[in-house]
Amino acid sequence: MATLDKPSEYKVIGTSPLRHDGVDKVTGRAAYGADIRLPGMLYGAVLRSPHAHARIISMDTSEAEKLHGVHAVITAKDFPDLESRIVELGEGLVNRKYQSNNILARDKVLYFGHAVAAVAATSLHIAKEALDLIRVEYEALDPVMDVRKAMEAGSPILLDDLRTDEFGKKGETPTNIAGHYKDACGDIEKGFKEAKFIVEREFVTKMVHQGYIEPQNATAQYNPDGQVAIWCSTQGAFGVREQVAEILEIPISNIRVIPMEIGGGFGGKIGVYLEPLAALLSRKSGYRPVKLTMDRSEVLAATGPTSGSYIKVKMGADANGKITAAEALLIYEAGAYPGSPVGAGMGVIFAPYRIENGVIEGYDVVVNKPRTAAYRAPGGTNAAFAAETVMDELAEKLGMDPIEFRLLNGAQEGDRRVDGSAYKRIGYLETLEAAKESAHYKTPLSGPHTGRGVASGFWFNYGGKSSASVSVNKDGTVSLLEGSVDIGGTRTSLAMQLAETLGIPAEDVRPVVADTDSIGYTEGTYGSRTTFATGWAVYETARDLIEKLKERAAILWEVEKDKVTFESGVFSSGDKTLTFKELAEKLDETGGPVVASAAVQPKGYGPGFATHIVDVEVDPETGKVQILRYTAVQDVGKAIYPVYVESQIQGGVAQGIGWALNEEYLYDEQGRLLNTSLLDYRMPVALDLPMIDTILVEVANPGHPYGVRGVGEVPIVPPPAAIANAIYRAIGVRMTELPMSPARVVEALIHKP
Amino acid sequence: MPSKTHVTATINGEEVEFLCEPHQSLLEVLRETLGLMGAKEGCNNGNCGSCNVILEGRLVNSCLVLAVEIQGKSVTTIEGIATPEGLHPLQQKFIEHAALQCGYCTPGFIVAAKALLDQNPNPSEHEVREWLAGNLCRCTGYDRIVKAVLDAADS
Amino acid sequence: MQSFDYATPKSAEEVATLLAGKNGEAQILAGGTDLLVQLREGRRQAKLVIDIKNIPELTQVTFDPQNGLRIGAAASCFQICSDPNVRQHYPGLVDAVRLIGGVQIQNRASVGGNLCNASPAADSIPALIVHEAVCHITGSNETRTLPVEEFCMAPGKNAMRPGEFLTSIGVPVPQGNFGASYLRFIPRSEMDIAVVGAGASVVLNAEGKQFVSARIALGAVAPTPLLASDAGAFLAGKAVTRENVREAAHRAQAIAQPITDLRGTAEHRRHLCAVLVERAVGKAIERAGGQYAQ
Repeated sequence: MATLDKPSEYKVIGTSPLRHDGVDKVTGRAAYGADIRLPGMLYGAVLRSPHAHARIISMDTSEAEKLHGVHAVITAKDFPDLESRIVELGEGLVNRKYQSNNILARDKVLYFGHAVAAVAATSLHIAKEALDLIRVEYEALDPVMDVRKAMEAGSPILLDDLRTDEFGKKGETPTNIAGHYKDACGDIEKGFKEAKFIVEREFVTKMVHQGYIEPQNATAQYNPDGQVAIWCSTQGAFGVREQVAEILEIPISNIRVIPMEIGGGFGGKIGVYLEPLAALLSRKSGYRPVKLTMDRSEVLAATGPTSGSYIKVKMGADANGKITAAEALLIYEAGAYPGSPVGAGMGVIFAPYRIENGVIEGYDVVVNKPRTAAYRAPGGTNAAFAAETVMDELAEKLGMDPIEFRLLNGAQEGDRRVDGSAYKRIGYLETLEAAKESAHYKTPLSGPHTGRGVASGFWFNYGGKSSASVSVNKDGTVSLLEGSVDIGGTRTSLAMQLAETLGIPAEDVRPVVADTDSIGYTEGTYGSRTTFATGWAVYETARDLIEKLKERAAILWEVEKDKVTFESGVFSSGDKTLTFKELAEKLDETGGPVVASAAVQPKGYGPGFATHIVDVEVDPETGKVQILRYTAVQDVGKAIYPVYVESQIQGGVAQGIGWALNEEYLYDEQGRLLNTSLLDYRMPVALDLPMIDTILVEVANPGHPYGVRGVGEVPIVPPPAAIANAIYRAIGVRMTELPMSPARVVEALIHKP
Repeated sequence: MPSKTHVTATINGEEVEFLCEPHQSLLEVLRETLGLMGAKEGCNNGNCGSCNVILEGRLVNSCLVLAVEIQGKSVTTIEGIATPEGLHPLQQKFIEHAALQCGYCTPGFIVAAKALLDQNPNPSEHEVREWLAGNLCRCTGYDRIVKAVLDAADS
Repeated sequence: MQSFDYATPKSAEEVATLLAGKNGEAQILAGGTDLLVQLREGRRQAKLVIDIKNIPELTQVTFDPQNGLRIGAAASCFQICSDPNVRQHYPGLVDAVRLIGGVQIQNRASVGGNLCNASPAADSIPALIVHEAVCHITGSNETRTLPVEEFCMAPGKNAMRPGEFLTSIGVPVPQGNFGASYLRFIPRSEMDIAVVGAGASVVLNAEGKQFVSARIALGAVAPTPLLASDAGAFLAGKAVTRENVREAAHRAQAIAQPITDLRGTAEHRRHLCAVLVERAVGKAIERAGGQYAQ
């Protein structure tokens, strides 16, 4: 890891304390969702559709109900039959009827693995036996597996009530096109006329999964008074509470969600799958607690992977290398219900560049695949794969170095994206400069069939609502309650911001992730928001605490409060001083315990940019691509907890490499998912990857007290494009389809022009 | 339903007796019967390494061992890696190197790495990567895990 | 997982008796790395699981210079790879067995199981074929021996009759200037099933310039692993040249009947056949102390 040398004005921020939950996690003591065991607990299992597209003619659960040990069987009939209504749930807007039907199919199954019934029994073994006794009669329908076919007139329709949202207006005829969007600026025709070089290409990417190692799970305990407690693996406990409330039509005040440790999410654990089922099974089985866990095949077939896509990009540049026009069409798979991240893809596709004449069009299209969910910079990787490949080709035609070409056209403060939004202070050009000056880029690459590729990426990042509260302990430590689930070290990145503000060591903060009844509303750990927004809540909490402690010091010293000052952890008034710790010991004498809290909704989140460099070696006989060296340069704002910033980048890169080379959903002609195991859904293993070098560029975000930008998402955006560009340099073929699997590379070589 | 089988085994150095059905995996019995929750289920078919334990000195996936098979044998789980004196060097190095994010795969990696260092105290980076290829981590890109294992080997 | 009974017989005779008593509803358990997954997924059924790991003759690896190698059906990959005699005499087998799964799988999975599972993509089978290995099979009243290349009948189906089980695999001692290798292609670098596997063994003349004989075998390109007899026969008596090896590779490729499935496309598999056979034969030549004529 390299950072730009700069003396730090901070004592805690930018250091690397040991994470607070480290010992729990290396000893096997940390309690994840599946580790919950409650007295009298039952085990649930879910029956899933063997068809990709079928009407449910009838369902008979009577035999399953009779099986000894079975306590409850539920189908969609046990769910409220919800009217269509768009609600804000978790990350983004969803139609609650569709979400309910996704959790348990009502009239139709829309993808292989779609849940149709659930059972609770005294053991998992019995619950699974009971599934075999449920009779479901289906009328199989033709599956629609490709977005462009789904858009054709006469294609089988998935959702009878779906009408296209056409630039904000509803269409009138049944369709698979859920949405059609467009952004434009300048004069596109004029722009292409000014171009000396124009590159136009089509790209296809396949559905991929987040691949978190912990399968979804949920345990619910319903009480006869209508209160229900839910323990689960989620990125956001409050989001679970809202979704369960909407789907089961129960008040949010009746639901308490206790977020357990979470074994990875990457966007895939925002929406609920099992929680409403567990709650209902608990109620129906006489209020016994019920635990549901998915197995890996259920995770792959029936949670929320991210969209495959078809993208067309056309860009032009004049003789000097200035981009004169950029045009894109993005068609994204929504999966079974509307909601692909095509909008985000449209935002990402030309985001790093100054585009004076641009048109971006997008379609959200339903197909018979699982309803897509967020996946790290959702929609961004697909888009950047297309645009950054075209950028590379333009640079080649211009005879320019790909970094120089990007420097010439790179966006900076004041520039606007095609959708019109303007940038505040951003660090894109700084990432390009740092990449250009990196040891990696300056080291020549040699050897047969090797090549170096460069690509950039953008992500919006997000703010949202967060709360925090603290209490001061007698020994000078501080307990911190916060509502952000800790997926990758945020207990510590939050504790560090608290410690910095209070002038105490990070080790003196005890961070605890609280349940929905114990902390103020906090959005989920998504959108690269936790260190930013919950960090801000923590900062405000600390400031509130300092004011309250000044009052206590004033009492001790018998002075007016405004005569007490605070700096670097020391309260003083005249020649009297007390450290934070000394004052903490004296709280009982000044009125008892001190607590503070804050809730925020900051808007000043700053986007993240990254530029990646990769060296590959291609075996032209087998088509296999080996990653030789990788450097990721990223504007991280201020790196609060640098080792975990670096780890976020490395993890994003590794996922991007997997997406680039081998990961894809493979369906047969009937729409059945073929690769439902981690053997055949090929995520990178340790031997596939080199060390992943990072260069942290710190352009502080003016919209945060400590300059924080989100860091977690943008690192997955550039890798497929960077690797495609490297493959081109290695063997002279442009790869336009993901994954760039050995078979596709060989195929491309055979058809090399 | 088949009757339960009585099994006696040594787990983390202590003799343990339990009853299980023949179809139950060692992973299931460790977690559900013995309350040892450190071994995790990630795939339940030997592809992710999250459930790794050491059986008779050899690294195995506990999801691919029947609990009845451990009759008379010795098993070390993540709960048995630390000593009364403190963390095992691997555990310490995983924390110091930030070799985990979500932590779910971590017990499996530490058990696997221990099995490696027990038989090869000075592995190369390639040997570490090869050995750990049966363990999936989706958060870290493996970089820091490999460094932690190499550093633990040095110390 | 489905319910079953579990037995730990102490002798091969006991295994035969147990199998005979269950009328095809028993499954043999060695390492369990295939069986337990298949039972869990309902791809195999069992009323009784017979664990053969407590039977010494089924778990040992023995070698003598006359009769060669005998691999007990339940011997683990780790046990086989760490055997000094195997490492010295059976390089193709070592190549293959080391590729079966990660460390965790190596410590449990048996080559006997890999064989009985009869996957077209099983890594050990092409290697056993080029080493001229045979299967020793025991039934309730007779034992028989079958060349490995005749053991697999179809994906998941082997030549054993109900009541029979594999006791060991016999591999003769290589003669002369012998070299063997096994290579597979997988998209990742570990934890994958072969897209194509290729085994090769060669015996070279004293100067190392001519093939005395050769055997070539392929995996994952047909319903069963294949012995490419014609390709091997072609090399016998020929000079050790790249052209000859290429021709043999094309002859091997010609017998492949690959399909497109989740692990690879038919086109890619066919293409890889020639690439891998050429590489495998090249490696075998090198191990036999030969090199291509310039």
